[in-house]
Amino acid sequence: MQRIREIAHQVFDSDIWYSFTSSKVTMLAAVVTIMFIVSAVLAPLIAPQNPFNPGDLNLMDAFTPPVWYHAGMVHYVLGTDDQGRDIFSTILFGSRISLLVGVGAMLMAMVIGVALGLLSGYAGGALDNFIMRVADVTLSFPALLVAMLIDGVVRGIFPNVTQDQSAIYVLIFSIGVSSWPPFARTVRGSTMVERNKEYVQAARIIGRSPAAIMGQHVLPNVMGPVLVIGTIGLAISILTEASLSFLGVGMPPTTPSLGTLIRIGNDFLFSGEWWIVVFPGAALAILILAVNLLGDWLRDALNPKLR
Amino acid sequence: MLVMIIRRLVQSIVVMLTVGLIAFAMFRYVGDPISQMVGQDTPIQVREQMRQELGLNDPVVVQFARFVGNTVRGNFGISFRIGRPVSELIIERLPATLELSLLAALFALVAGIPMGIYTGLRPDSWLSKVFLTISLVGVSLPTFFIGILLILVFGVLLGWLPTFGRGDVVHLGVWTTGLLTASGLKSLIMPAFTLGLFQLTLTMRLVRSEILEVMRTDFIKFARARGLTPRAINFGHALKNTLVPVITITGLQLGGIIAFAIITETVFQWPGMGLLFVQAVQFADIPIMSTYLVLIAFFFVVINLIVDVLYFVVDPRLRAESSPHGH
Amino acid sequence: MTVTPTPNTHTAPDDSRTPLLSVRGLEVQFPTRRRTLTAIQDVNFDVMPGEILGVVGESGAGKSMTGNAIIGLLEPPGRIARGEVRFLGQDLTQLDQAGLRKIRGRDIGAIFQDPLTSLNPLYRIGDMLVETLLTHLDISRGEAERRAIGILTEVGIPAAHERFRHYPHQFSGGMRQRVVIALALCTEPRLVLADEPTTALDVSVQAQIINLLKRLCRERGTAVILVTHDMGVIAETADRVAVMYAGRIVEIGPVREVVKNPRHPYTVGLMAAIPHIGGTTTQLAQIEGSMPRLDAIPSGCAFNPRCQRRFARCTEAVPALLSVAPGHETACYLYSDEAEGVRP
Repeated sequence: MQRIREIAHQVFDSDIWYSFTSSKVTMLAAVVTIMFIVSAVLAPLIAPQNPFNPGDLNLMDAFTPPVWYHAGMVHYVLGTDDQGRDIFSTILFGSRISLLVGVGAMLMAMVIGVALGLLSGYAGGALDNFIMRVADVTLSFPALLVAMLIDGVVRGIFPNVTQDQSAIYVLIFSIGVSSWPPFARTVRGSTMVERNKEYVQAARIIGRSPAAIMGQHVLPNVMGPVLVIGTIGLAISILTEASLSFLGVGMPPTTPSLGTLIRIGNDFLFSGEWWIVVFPGAALAILILAVNLLGDWLRDALNPKLR
Repeated sequence: MLVMIIRRLVQSIVVMLTVGLIAFAMFRYVGDPISQMVGQDTPIQVREQMRQELGLNDPVVVQFARFVGNTVRGNFGISFRIGRPVSELIIERLPATLELSLLAALFALVAGIPMGIYTGLRPDSWLSKVFLTISLVGVSLPTFFIGILLILVFGVLLGWLPTFGRGDVVHLGVWTTGLLTASGLKSLIMPAFTLGLFQLTLTMRLVRSEILEVMRTDFIKFARARGLTPRAINFGHALKNTLVPVITITGLQLGGIIAFAIITETVFQWPGMGLLFVQAVQFADIPIMSTYLVLIAFFFVVINLIVDVLYFVVDPRLRAESSPHGH
Repeated sequence: MTVTPTPNTHTAPDDSRTPLLSVRGLEVQFPTRRRTLTAIQDVNFDVMPGEILGVVGESGAGKSMTGNAIIGLLEPPGRIARGEVRFLGQDLTQLDQAGLRKIRGRDIGAIFQDPLTSLNPLYRIGDMLVETLLTHLDISRGEAERRAIGILTEVGIPAAHERFRHYPHQFSGGMRQRVVIALALCTEPRLVLADEPTTALDVSVQAQIINLLKRLCRERGTAVILVTHDMGVIAETADRVAVMYAGRIVEIGPVREVVKNPRHPYTVGLMAAIPHIGGTTTQLAQIEGSMPRLDAIPSGCAFNPRCQRRFARCTEAVPALLSVAPGHETACYLYSDEAEGVRP
């Protein structure tokens, strides 16, 4: 209990917390992000309707406009789509998927990138060169492109597997695999700096394994920048997934992400049912904006030069 | 300098070969090329015969060499879905994409660099804060959503601009351009803006952060200590040093634009290569996909080379043949 | 022997000349997130025309900060909280940036520590000289080029009319610093601030550069504020020296006097710490402890925790500068009435 209180003191007393609370914008961003995460996790519980259970739907209610129109209805706050799905509910479930893919892809990229970075920085030489070259090439191709290619290839290899169910894994994999270079670069840089320090050399002489050295000494130093890259990368991942879904090569309509919802809603833009596309789009934009703000703040807060 | 160019050329060839290998692997091993081309009832003997004729039983190295040879000559195979040679399709659609991309890139640079300079030199003015807010929004709003909103406002609600397609185009030999017709120009506005916005944001942020970095250097301090005018410092010393990294990143971004054109083309139904690629992915049309891959890689490599040469021209440190004399 | 405190008498031997630069009560503050730190305070000194004043102290003592404050190049959020800096009849602290710009580079030159980073790598050195000259002097471009080549030759750059077109990276470290000196002196300023001018150079080159600087300034009658942590350089080059500790001047006086008879315990320690070749030292003398951080300055005399000779008064209030010999002052209670009965 005492220990927890100590840690709490350290956190709330630190410069980082100070810079956090002094920026209203950042606090707002954090609140918004947390709200999204919470509502996404609790979606099945708090959504007024489960839009993906056909039994819940009432076709008669299709194309209901938002509640402030006189044709609107109270329990369809943001209106309904062509199948009578409540837009607010679809946004909740869609956010869930968007966040799931985004976080999943980021975690994957983090694991791959940190591991490769440690390896590259510690081993040096030809291995380091090779890994960095691959990173360079990966970096020069936008994640979107790589993800699409991987998706197309998977489609070609497994034409018979129902894509709907595997879509989420393919997405996480393809986005994750194209996002690892920034992590690797940063970790490699720090590893190389630490590797040359005396205490590491001493540890090697004593006979500690490289893995232990890297895990115990390098990793803690690197966590800060990794976190920054992870947050900004999360925004990019969500964006990439949304773009892929919008293009029709991401999440299918049966388990739509916000991007898929926008794609579906786009068809109704010209006939005047603008709410089907605008609200999911706004939700997506707000989510990405909030994560970006957090990432920006994190980067400035952890930047020793600006302290 | 020659040495550097040669080294870069060699590296580029290696990259292209690697990409080619991946494209070849896709071509050859993803799905069965024969099944794609013939009906389901075709007997096995006929398939085997076709396999033999098409050289699919030759050693992999031979096949790869043949693939490289074909690619270099512009023979990219035949689209599974459309049934026409990929090279034809590309030539048809390339001008649309290139016009759009170049216009978007121009927009991003022409607007982004001055905005970045301004926010770097006067970080506390309210205009800077406005610009920074725009940049944040530009980075966060998905490109396609911006496009949709623009279509909604300017196309559907106001009816000022066309909502899809290229408008009327003029054929100039192989090239088709929309720049010479009124409807062509009007059709270009929204897509170019949408595509360029993201790049503009990145450019502005980059220029801004470079300027902020430069202003903290010792030589700027020394320039101040010598009492030089703000103009000499900002636009002489600071700007010159900012250009170097900006050139590199801008060059790389150009490649990004060509790739991101995919989304914009989809939103605006722009008949370019990006749209072709999307449809190819949806139908696992391997020839188009792998050709697109090779083409994009080629663009990237060429852009990188140009950037390297520009770097060389701008930074005298790289040009130094002579070593420092005296002490 | 007690000495009664006398008002500021840190003028150099010849009192009849008016000081070129007169600093009174200078205080520089740094507002940070939580509190405001005071980097230097209560700094008073004069610089006479043509004299070389050394400012010595450890890293963080405030010597560079003092120099920066004088020429108005404090990095924000640092600011001058109070005090005045009188130069050629004007108070520099009251001038705006436009006013300061006219003086900087024209009447006051500056040389900083690292010649590699001080020179813009994308500019030819000839262009840098010419732009400085044209900014301040009403001469033609041709005349500016002529003068530029002239001063390059003076600082010892061979084949100046060729090297004129070269870029900084084509010079070695010592040559680059010569170029920096040329840039600082090309407008014939009355005062030059030299902030650690040799620290970044090879030892073999340091002496050359210092001697060059000294010679050029003597020839032109240019005064110099030489900021450094190297007491040896000061001993060889300066006329007077000010010792700084934790943001204040703790001792000031003619160089020979301060070196031979250091009074403040800190200065005594500094002198003792200089290794002597040929002596019978077995261990390097050092001063116990280290200089306090800006946010943890002890009350009273900032040096007192490390001082072997402290007594009660030392922890109570900050000592003022007291005269201990003509032109020689120190801020230490040992030399005041209050030390009566304490010193052996």
